[in-house]
Amino acid sequence: MSNERSYTLLERLGNGLVKENPIFKLALSMCPAVAMTNSVRNGFLLGLAVLFVQVASNVTVSILRRGIHERIRIPAYIIIIATWVSVSDMGLAAYAPGFYKEIALYVKLIVVFAIIISRLEVFASRNPILPSLYDGLGMGLGFMFGLMLVGCFREFLGAGTLWGFEILPFKPFFFWSLPPAGFFAIGLIMALFIWLERKFNAWRAKR
Amino acid sequence: MTRRALSAALAALLLLALALPAHAAGLVRAGAVADEHHITLELAGSLAAGWDWPGNVSVTERESPDIPLTVTGVEISPDRTELTLAVAEPVAEQGAYRVALRHVEIGGVGSEIERFLVRKGVLATLLSIVISAALIQNFVFSRYLGLCIFFGASGRKETAVGMGFSFGLVMTLSAAFVWAMYNFVLRPLHLEFLQVLTFVGIIAIFVQLLDTVLRKVNPFLFKKLGVYLVLITTNCIILAVPLILVGNAYDLWESLALAIGSAAGFALALFLMACVRERLELADVPEVFRGLPIAFLAAGLFALAFLGFSGMSF
Repeated sequence: MSNERSYTLLERLGNGLVKENPIFKLALSMCPAVAMTNSVRNGFLLGLAVLFVQVASNVTVSILRRGIHERIRIPAYIIIIATWVSVSDMGLAAYAPGFYKEIALYVKLIVVFAIIISRLEVFASRNPILPSLYDGLGMGLGFMFGLMLVGCFREFLGAGTLWGFEILPFKPFFFWSLPPAGFFAIGLIMALFIWLERKFNAWRAKR
Repeated sequence: MTRRALSAALAALLLLALALPAHAAGLVRAGAVADEHHITLELAGSLAAGWDWPGNVSVTERESPDIPLTVTGVEISPDRTELTLAVAEPVAEQGAYRVALRHVEIGGVGSEIERFLVRKGVLATLLSIVISAALIQNFVFSRYLGLCIFFGASGRKETAVGMGFSFGLVMTLSAAFVWAMYNFVLRPLHLEFLQVLTFVGIIAIFVQLLDTVLRKVNPFLFKKLGVYLVLITTNCIILAVPLILVGNAYDLWESLALAIGSAAGFALALFLMACVRERLELADVPEVFRGLPIAFLAAGLFALAFLGFSGMSF
């Protein structure tokens, strides 16, 4: 590819965090973003698992990209992802059992998160190892950032705490702790992202 | 062609019938959860005198056979044909519990170990699984799974119906396959850690298979469903259902009930959402909220409404 040079670490991180944020911009893999974000901690840990799987499978696919035949690429990707998900599943079960109980189902479901397979298809299968690593980092961090942003919003408003620490001595708005509030939180933040982008573009056009 | 299909269907039915929980002609005739801490057993005959419960009775939940519940006492009815077990841990009417009696002699027949599965009647259990999966624990509005497809395929009513139907088909078939795979291959070989890998494989193969078969057998249906079939592989629900049925140690019928219930719930959610989104297109939505953000808010309202089901149990 001619523009291989342009994929630097910073550019990929910015792309994953803001420009193509998996949750607010691409709107992929929103199940955990709705269900697991009633606290920052849950969002962070699940985000960490996704980050690991994304980076590992990005690198694996990038290494094997010349060996995988075009026709069987989807099953091959799924097997690679499932392998890394099993690794993180067993790792979490062994090292963080208390937390694992809460999110066990979602950790296993990382296999079918659309964001991971779409990054393999769009990026890792066409680029060398290093850019793929950066891309995995950017996307994983972007995902984690999205989960934690929604988590902050909901935990602060719902329970008056952040990461379990008390910030406000009362519960400002209990509604945000209820599970369905995840939909509202994401809808609002998504609208905010769109609004900010418009303002930014208008500001840039003016200059 | 139709005859071959018919015989295949018959063979499948026969297989299903074989898997029906055989009614054990054991020494325990019936069992039920009486209240939160008591299980009653009805015996086939009268219990021989001299049998005492300590060390001879064990109760476990079906899902976790390694963790015994604490039995605090056994009461024998005056005619010695009914046992009431007192259990320290709370037991639920919806649950399934394995009871084992050791060294008992009932109605003149002795037994080294007598096992019995206490649960509600088969039909009641199946119905409660279907309703719970479709409404009370609706996968989209109460468990928040399958959202990518949910937002992707709920733009039009027609798409929603097509997606719901093909999803139900794949879901039911793959649930049966996964159940067989887990119970006949993975568990006997102690390969449980491979479950994610095998389940995803089975689902992917199944989607591909259905795609190929439909293309040949019924091109009309294929034209209608073909697009959705590919999408199904990346649906969270299709993997969540196998994981749940394995986690709860369901038998084949319960697995099928779970699959059908969850497919019905998903189809219902898709259809409701499609109705709303068709209306939304005509509404005057603020510009930044157009498209996905407003769809999320609408889904949130639905989820709030479905929260009303959460107290129910069957």
